[in-house]
Amino acid sequence: MVPLNYFLILAAILFCLGVIGFVMKRNLITMFMSIELMLNSVNLTFVAFSRHINVLSGQIFVFFVMVIAAAEAAVGLAIIVAFYRNRESLNVDEVDRMKL
Amino acid sequence: MLRSYLPILIQIILASLIGFGILGLSYLVGKHKPTPEKLMPYESGVRPTGSAHERFAVKFYLTAMLFILFDVEVIFLYPWAVIYRELRFFGFFEMLTFILVVLAGYVYIWKKGALDWNKN
Amino acid sequence: MTLPQVPILPILPELILTLFGIAVMLFDPFTAKPHKSWLSSLAFIGVLAALAGNVLLLAAEGEYYNGMIIVDSFSVFFNFLFLIIAGLSILASRQYLVREGVNHSEYYGLLLFATVGMCFMGGANELIMIFIGLEITSISTYVLAGFRRTDLKSNEAAIKYFLLGSFATAFLLYGIALMYGATHTTHLSQISSALLTGRIDLRLVLAGTALMMVGFSFKVATAPFQIWTPDVYEGAPIPVTGWMSVGPKAAGFAAFLRVFFVALPALDQKWFWVLWVSSVLTMTIGNTAAMLQSNIKRMLAYSSIAHAGYILVAFAALTPNGIASIMFYLLAYSVMNLGAFAVISAWSLSGERRVTIDEFAGLGYRQPWLAAAFTVFLLGLTGIPLTAGFTGKFFMFRAAINSKLYWLTIIALLNSAASLYYYLRPTIAMYMREPGESGRTSAPQDSAPLQISMATKVVIAVSVLAVFYLGLFPSTILDFAQSSAFLVH
Repeated sequence: MVPLNYFLILAAILFCLGVIGFVMKRNLITMFMSIELMLNSVNLTFVAFSRHINVLSGQIFVFFVMVIAAAEAAVGLAIIVAFYRNRESLNVDEVDRMKL
Repeated sequence: MLRSYLPILIQIILASLIGFGILGLSYLVGKHKPTPEKLMPYESGVRPTGSAHERFAVKFYLTAMLFILFDVEVIFLYPWAVIYRELRFFGFFEMLTFILVVLAGYVYIWKKGALDWNKN
Repeated sequence: MTLPQVPILPILPELILTLFGIAVMLFDPFTAKPHKSWLSSLAFIGVLAALAGNVLLLAAEGEYYNGMIIVDSFSVFFNFLFLIIAGLSILASRQYLVREGVNHSEYYGLLLFATVGMCFMGGANELIMIFIGLEITSISTYVLAGFRRTDLKSNEAAIKYFLLGSFATAFLLYGIALMYGATHTTHLSQISSALLTGRIDLRLVLAGTALMMVGFSFKVATAPFQIWTPDVYEGAPIPVTGWMSVGPKAAGFAAFLRVFFVALPALDQKWFWVLWVSSVLTMTIGNTAAMLQSNIKRMLAYSSIAHAGYILVAFAALTPNGIASIMFYLLAYSVMNLGAFAVISAWSLSGERRVTIDEFAGLGYRQPWLAAAFTVFLLGLTGIPLTAGFTGKFFMFRAAINSKLYWLTIIALLNSAASLYYYLRPTIAMYMREPGESGRTSAPQDSAPLQISMATKVVIAVSVLAVFYLGLFPSTILDFAQSSAFLVH
């Protein structure tokens, strides 16, 4: 059986990759995908813990996280599409109407 | 610990042997007479027009978003289905309520015309 | 065959709001355009019904659904707060939505759904429930922030709030996962008892606490996670900004308080210092930046950051009195801010013009009552005696002094004094300057008499009355808050 720490370290690496992607990328869709990566690394953490301590609840949490992530994805894409229609661009640097 | 991965390794080796083996065999044994028809992406399909890297209509996004929502909501049916017998009528009515809420959303998007492909 | 009895009373307000929200959304496609306004009345009736349902909750205290939901006076208090905010926001929005040409009933549906999420945050007794409530609120708010969807500023507000909001949610969720791994539970009181046994991995718990703190700090906009606030508040439609600055913020604080006081009291000496530093930064950044603003929405955005800083002062007191004063202050701040935004919404012109501080010039002559109400709200936000803002701050700072947080209280008092400068600027413009003095050319139709709807007038009048009521007779509500704060602590 794979030890718990392997899963946790993998999840932590994925989470950090998501954070780095969010901070470094300029494309709205890519930033959004980075957030999804972060959420999925959390799912991995939940499942790993759930198996380790032999309690099912962690896996049920993952269902909720997935459904909420889907709702967030739908709303997020809709917002990005609305922005794109007005601006014809997906570059986050053009989200700049309100800089000081 | 790595030992438990041995079957996977064996499967990878076997699968690649068979795959490359068959391809290599037909390359070595078969005849080669390329014609323009044979080199097309879809040999007897639709003739491709233009590049595949062009913009898609926003309609696709809308449909995709709606699909994601209704597709993922079904996830709650899985754990429910597993213990359906234990839950008996309670579980039935619980799921009925859930489906009704999803259905309300469906009626909403339908009436709003989000499913009407020709509507702009 | 026996049906298990499922209690519906513990989530009655949420159920009522959900049903009304679904009804508003479903009736919308079947309603002809000129008759859409009855749907906003339907939403308002829903809020009233939920308020009635909430009264019944007082008699149903206890934990429900395997401990996921708790009904106590803390949750009932916050339910009342969220419902009052929702009711006032619905009334304050209608005229604005019609004027801006975005009178879609989804607005009211989303407002009700967001309120459902906020009520769940107040009544959640478990981390996953808090997460679900938070997301119901946030997802609705993302849409509301971008409700003027052909307007670039509104688009940008939605994008920024959405991206940074879901980014922060991921941190909160990761914190929850680590806490679950360390304590094997997500129930707040079980986490607390697991921490007391001492047989848990403290590193996981500390990492989880830090990550959850990041998530909550973002949602309530405290330093260093407040950067999104000014842009989002400036770009969102005016009534949405007013609502966002009080509703989701109060819900964030409700969950923040419950998690840290119920689940993590064993670590309070560790997170106390984080609160202390964050409080100082939040107050100072908010007040300093507010002085430099010319747009009134942006100014109130920074002011809202500063107020979150004051609330952290009472949070850091770590006492039931501190919690009670926060609850009182959230109510006081809500009526003051909603009132102020109702005035801004009434004074602004279509396309969200006339929202700079200079453009308030002459309001005192043209609309004496409106100007007087605005002055009351601004003085309340400053914390001038007789107003709700003063009593609220008084209770919060007294709680901090009782916990010997002298330096923090002094910094908070200095900040309050400094805030007078920027709260007075619109007042001076209203009374002491002629319109047009700012050098802007105003179109003739802009100086037409203001049409203020009855609903907006009601919101402003109710808010003014509440500001004075809470300022002069705070004891009833404070006593209620205190009785519930002891339960949480």
